[in-house]
Amino acid sequence: MTTTASPPTRTVSPPPAQQRRGLGLRSFGRRGALAVVVVAWLGLWTALRGRATLEIGGAELTGFHEWLDRQRDSLAAQRDTNWLLQYGVGGISDGLNATVDFLRELISEPAFPRPFPEIGYLGVIGVFCLIAYAVAGLRSMLLVLVSLLAFGALGYWELSLDLLIVTLVAVTICVLIGLPLAIVMARSRKVDAVVTPALDLLQTLPSFAYLAPLALFFGIGPAAAVVTTALYAFPPVVRVAAHGIRHVAPTTVEASRSLGSTPWQQLRTVQLPMAKRTIVVGVNQTTMAALSMATIAALINGPGLGQPVAQALQSLDVGAAVVASLGIVIMAVMLDRVTTAASVRGELATRRGDSARLRRTALAVGVVSAGYLVYLSRTFSWAADVPESPDLGTPIADATSDASDWFIDTFRDSTQALKDGFSYGLLNPLQSVLADSPWFVSATALLAIAGIIAGRRAVVSTAICELVILGTGLWNEAMNTLTTTLVAAAFTMLIAIVVGVWMGRGRLVDTVVRPLLDTLQTLPPFVYLVPFVALFAASRFTAIVAAVAFAAPVAIKLVADGIRGVSPTTVEAARSAGSSSWQTITKVQLPMARGSVVLAANQGLLYVFSMVVIGGLVGGGGLGYLVVLGFRQAELFGKGLAAGIAITALAVMLDRIARYAVTRTGRT
Amino acid sequence: MSDHALSVRELWKIFGARADRVVGTADADLPRSELKERTGCVAAVKDVSFDVDKGEVFVVMGLSGSGKSTLVRCLTRLIEPTAGEIVIDGEDVRSMSTARLRELRRHHVAMVFQHFGLLPHRTVVDNVAYGLEIRGLGKAERHAKAAEYIDLVGLTGNEHSYPDQLSGGMQQRVGLARALAVNPTVMLFDEPFSALDPLIRRDMQNEVIRLHSEVGKTMVFITHDLSEALKLGDRILIMRDGELVQVGSPAEIVAQPADDYVRDFVSEVPRSHVLTLRWVMRDPLPDDSLEGPVMPADRVVRDAAREALDSEHPVRVHDGDMFLGIVDDDAILRVVVAEEGAA
Repeated sequence: MTTTASPPTRTVSPPPAQQRRGLGLRSFGRRGALAVVVVAWLGLWTALRGRATLEIGGAELTGFHEWLDRQRDSLAAQRDTNWLLQYGVGGISDGLNATVDFLRELISEPAFPRPFPEIGYLGVIGVFCLIAYAVAGLRSMLLVLVSLLAFGALGYWELSLDLLIVTLVAVTICVLIGLPLAIVMARSRKVDAVVTPALDLLQTLPSFAYLAPLALFFGIGPAAAVVTTALYAFPPVVRVAAHGIRHVAPTTVEASRSLGSTPWQQLRTVQLPMAKRTIVVGVNQTTMAALSMATIAALINGPGLGQPVAQALQSLDVGAAVVASLGIVIMAVMLDRVTTAASVRGELATRRGDSARLRRTALAVGVVSAGYLVYLSRTFSWAADVPESPDLGTPIADATSDASDWFIDTFRDSTQALKDGFSYGLLNPLQSVLADSPWFVSATALLAIAGIIAGRRAVVSTAICELVILGTGLWNEAMNTLTTTLVAAAFTMLIAIVVGVWMGRGRLVDTVVRPLLDTLQTLPPFVYLVPFVALFAASRFTAIVAAVAFAAPVAIKLVADGIRGVSPTTVEAARSAGSSSWQTITKVQLPMARGSVVLAANQGLLYVFSMVVIGGLVGGGGLGYLVVLGFRQAELFGKGLAAGIAITALAVMLDRIARYAVTRTGRT
Repeated sequence: MSDHALSVRELWKIFGARADRVVGTADADLPRSELKERTGCVAAVKDVSFDVDKGEVFVVMGLSGSGKSTLVRCLTRLIEPTAGEIVIDGEDVRSMSTARLRELRRHHVAMVFQHFGLLPHRTVVDNVAYGLEIRGLGKAERHAKAAEYIDLVGLTGNEHSYPDQLSGGMQQRVGLARALAVNPTVMLFDEPFSALDPLIRRDMQNEVIRLHSEVGKTMVFITHDLSEALKLGDRILIMRDGELVQVGSPAEIVAQPADDYVRDFVSEVPRSHVLTLRWVMRDPLPDDSLEGPVMPADRVVRDAAREALDSEHPVRVHDGDMFLGIVDDDAILRVVVAEEGAA
């Protein structure tokens, strides 16, 4: 969930005095009800602890898991007989595999019988620089050049290009399907009403939830990786492009109609050109989402830089993980900047009066030089091979391994104390209440809490999601995951409020911190695990810290925007009445920014959840771990798939509660 | 029929789910708020009929929400009318097929918009040529034509600017040139100058007057500004809440307001600028002198005042050779002084 969500626009109007008194009463009532539920829960937990927890052992399977396993087997058996599987899924799968293989042999893998790809090292650099120059300009070209050199120097040339291939193939699919869909959505309310909820759901699901079901149909490998990536990255481009097309100035469209244009002419001459910038923004978001999913798709054998990260995380080889994730970070920055630059280039260039002839000449020179580099790379092995020096990968890996070892050894006692204090003081008790209560107690308590904070509709969706989780047979694991999520979300909000208020009140802080947060938001979640594994080794604590780090940027920005949005006149009035800074923050700014704070909590929760699931890789346990295990051990596949379903249900449950809570505060 | 460029008969536009079931029932006569309450529909244009002569500047005036913008959009079915008849150049617009309607918009009727509606990603010349491009004209040909009209509206030298590099007034000149470039028989203006500041607005009004005298198109001009209406209009249609209140020449509207609404509207108008002698003259009494200067009936009072007051005798008002009546000093002063009293 690295990309999401432009916050829905809210209008926060101060409630009239009458209503405010009512609200005070009601929120007291709500708080009271919440207290009653918690006390009852604790009481039942003390009395019935350990009974009916639905806990199942690591290798234990339920009937449902076995059924899923049988489905996988029968799907595999039918692959050659079932028409749909053979020509539908099989056709897509073969096509994608062939495409990816073709591209890999073109630029990254030896194309038999040649010892090198069709286009070798120098040729690839030439071609990518040319593309970057053509779509995004000179500065982007330099960035691409430096990035490509870095991939080579880090020792991950092939895997970097593989990651790029999976990402770009997925993005191409998203754009080819997404753009026409966006056009139809922008023109038809009916289509919009059908597609938007589907996109909502796609965006709610954490990346891990996509892996298992798709692996069921597409097996594991490049095709599954591309489909997963495309599916995950699909919503932003559709949504943003449809928004862009729909919000083209209506007068201009009308002017075009008044001159007798056909719908197609309106689209071609007015709507698409005017929405172009927005559409490219959508492509940017989709690209970043694709990159983050493509790295995670390494778990289902997707080619690319995700693989060394996943392996290094499993073997806790911090050095290797850091080097590989450095490559991912560089790629993220590169793709982000290039697509952003592409969205402004065309207009900027014509406005500046850049000479078209100059550009054409430069492009011609570029084509010729790129062609020459390709020729060299096909003719001479020195041009095709990645140079061995400079080798940055080995020294960085060694240095970070050493530093990590040193840190872990030196601070073993204090980090252990921190982890233990955290585990025993906070995590374990909460987990015990959630997971060691009989399932019906926890389920009822959750329903009650959902009802109190988010209203009746939330109760319905929570109940449905709970039933699904029970059906997967992984209730206990789900409660563990929920515990980790809630703790991480609480810390995320703490940080978000502190830093957000600080940013919201100080222009300078904002200008310094915001670009950092923006960059952090473009990084794939996988990368977040690495530094914390280096600091804290693999543990539940590590997963939580990574989740907090992953979710904090978006939550901080929302809080900061909310604080900034508080009317300066009101703040001035508070100050003129003699409020201290603390009083201004707690009595004016935070209450008035409540809508943003709740929205930050909503987004933070979803981000945290998606990361907590991934944290299963580094000792986070819970549902995410089961998903990963399902790919590693064939007999646990069904259980992993069930875990994926449970993750989906939990995500939808959290999303609905958070969303209804937002609309509720929005209304009052 | 044939001397009208445009005829509108009993035109209705009702917005809402079951709008077509309202027209012709008793509900249709309800005031807007009650109709909204009963049916959920909003009547934007209610039973409006008028004719526009060839070469005439016909102004539709009303406050915001009076339905005037909806009315002008109904004329080429940018908004689909609910009921009624529209005839342009002898052809029934409402029965036209989509293709025929496009032909009408491409060749016969062009529109100028309040917020210009220019294409921000295109240069001035490509904006002006847009309507020709839609028609399918080749690039060289449409650019040559566009250049003519850019010259006509006084934008020569700005051909390769982008709209946002131009001032509001210049942008609207682009809009004007775009509409003129398709050489339409009827031009529709939807509050074209409301978004401009007052000085520019005056320039643009003069520009329209000049263009009208040069190209002689039939113009339907929407405005909420009474002085603009009086300045440009050969005839003015006043709308309120979707209904036609009065149609007439500027002098007619000022001299004989149809009801209190219109009277209120025109109360601040400098009457001497609008009223013609026809509206202030009276029949001569037996002892009136008939030796005063002769003036045409459509001369505005302001232009007649100096000479009339200087003369010892009342002015004799003629329509061509026909004697109509006389205007004495009192009549002139009543118009001029009443105005100063009001101011």
